[in-house]
Amino acid sequence: MLSLEMTHRMNASHVGTCLSMADILAVLYAGVARVDPARPDWSDRDRLILSKGHGAAALYAVLARVGFFDEARLESFCGDGSLLMGHASHQVPGVEFSTGSLGHGLSLACGTALAALRQASRRRSFVILSDGECDEGSTWEAALFAPHHRLENLIAIIDYNGLQSFGRIGDVLGLEPFADKWRAFGWRVLEIDGHDHCQIRAALDSVPDDEGRPTVVIARTVKGKGVSFMENALEWHYRAADEDQLRRALAELGSQA
Amino acid sequence: MRTAFIDMLTAEAGRDKSLFLLTADLGFSVLERFRDACPDRFLNVGIAEQNMIGVAAGLAHSGFTVFAYSLVNFATLRCFEQIRNDVCNHDLPVRIVGVGGGMVYSTQGYTHHGLEDIGVMRTLPGMVVLAPGDPHEAAEATRLLCTDRRPAYLRLGKSGERRIHASSVNFEIGRAITVAEGRDCTLISTGCMLAYALDIADRLRADHSVHARVLSMHTIKPIDVDAVTAAARETGAVITVEEHSVGSGLGSVVGDLIATHGLGPVAFTKFGTPDGYRSGAGTHDHLRGLMGNLEDVVIDLLRRKGATQRGTRLLP
Repeated sequence: MLSLEMTHRMNASHVGTCLSMADILAVLYAGVARVDPARPDWSDRDRLILSKGHGAAALYAVLARVGFFDEARLESFCGDGSLLMGHASHQVPGVEFSTGSLGHGLSLACGTALAALRQASRRRSFVILSDGECDEGSTWEAALFAPHHRLENLIAIIDYNGLQSFGRIGDVLGLEPFADKWRAFGWRVLEIDGHDHCQIRAALDSVPDDEGRPTVVIARTVKGKGVSFMENALEWHYRAADEDQLRRALAELGSQA
Repeated sequence: MRTAFIDMLTAEAGRDKSLFLLTADLGFSVLERFRDACPDRFLNVGIAEQNMIGVAAGLAHSGFTVFAYSLVNFATLRCFEQIRNDVCNHDLPVRIVGVGGGMVYSTQGYTHHGLEDIGVMRTLPGMVVLAPGDPHEAAEATRLLCTDRRPAYLRLGKSGERRIHASSVNFEIGRAITVAEGRDCTLISTGCMLAYALDIADRLRADHSVHARVLSMHTIKPIDVDAVTAAARETGAVITVEEHSVGSGLGSVVGDLIATHGLGPVAFTKFGTPDGYRSGAGTHDHLRGLMGNLEDVVIDLLRRKGATQRGTRLLP
């Protein structure tokens, strides 16, 4: 709901993607990830990387809600001089890496996961990818790397909402059989409903893997989830809600809360 | 130079447990000594340069100082955006190490000739760009990069480069080294062209009684402003010498500096590969020959300068 207001205020893009992964972020930060908002630089914290950096509004909202910074700062989202830019920025407390160009995050997470193993730390690396960024070859370079080096402390979560920038995944560049691809690369694969908090929680709590594999959670989601006129509609990758749409959207989400 | 690099890095890694070396599957007969000495801080990531830089950034973010090694073009051009977004934007201590600067992999052809790497690396925010002129400089550059925290690009040659300096050299990042004194013009050289520039300086003196100052400009960014301005003011003629495209390398940096620092009339030209240059097959000497003759370029510049500036020392 905060993301809706933030994007509405500055007529910003990407509200659909914020809604598709809002449940994943909420579960991740509400008890799964070992982070301390009072100590964002705590060395043994889990590392959370939003590879799909265009979902920044949702990430900032969650970070503010759990206490990394004052929620009032969300009002500056995309504003002149604000640190809260439209793609994830590491200048914001709680954000590990700036992202926005797709296909970077899984490699970064491989690096932080490898570092933890070499430093004998139990910290885990979580990375949230979009389905669309699995078009990027760099994603698959990292997908080869992680199982080879037995990065059991790495968890990739794919927000599989089925829509990319200019069309449906299956029409633009098909990913199926998606789970089989990851299995073939050597990953432990979990397929869940990405809006079911119990399933999300169970999946994210199931690492590290006993067999030393990295884990990929393919989370089936709905772009624009919870707002009837935004669900599965490509235009909400770009549009922001006007006053009337915002009121209706908040009412729909409020009734579900 | 590769040997000087890896010997120094291996020695430093014995003392500093934060040093990590990644390679994108290159370094046969070079990197083994580091791998054997520090196996827990060495990784061959495979032929995947984009992933190498992302992994390097993740390691550096977690406390390591990371050297990422490959051929010049693979280490810079293939993964340029990862260097920009993942390394530079986060000010991480990742050192991109490119071997084969210029056309030292001569017979391998166009794909293996690094002629734009300085140009692209120097555009990146906060990036230190180093191209040492001999093995001693390469060793010192490596040593300093073990403690410097800035993102950096280290452009190396290959092997067999002539040693210019004595056993040690006073090497500071951002401070050019005066290798030969002279008052008639200055050859500002970067990378492996240093030995060639010195040879040309000898010929200029012998053939034309022209005394050329020779600088090893091992740091392209941040450039040594004082050394360039002193060269311009004191010798009146500056020639940059690089095995790199003249459209974006050292020559462009020095030209900008001369133009923006109010240095008055300075004769200036750039020696390197012109835009549109397509290196073909052949030995390194053959390919360098296609760049032209530096001695002729210098004499031509000084003649033109003499034609427009009365009262200066004129060539016959």
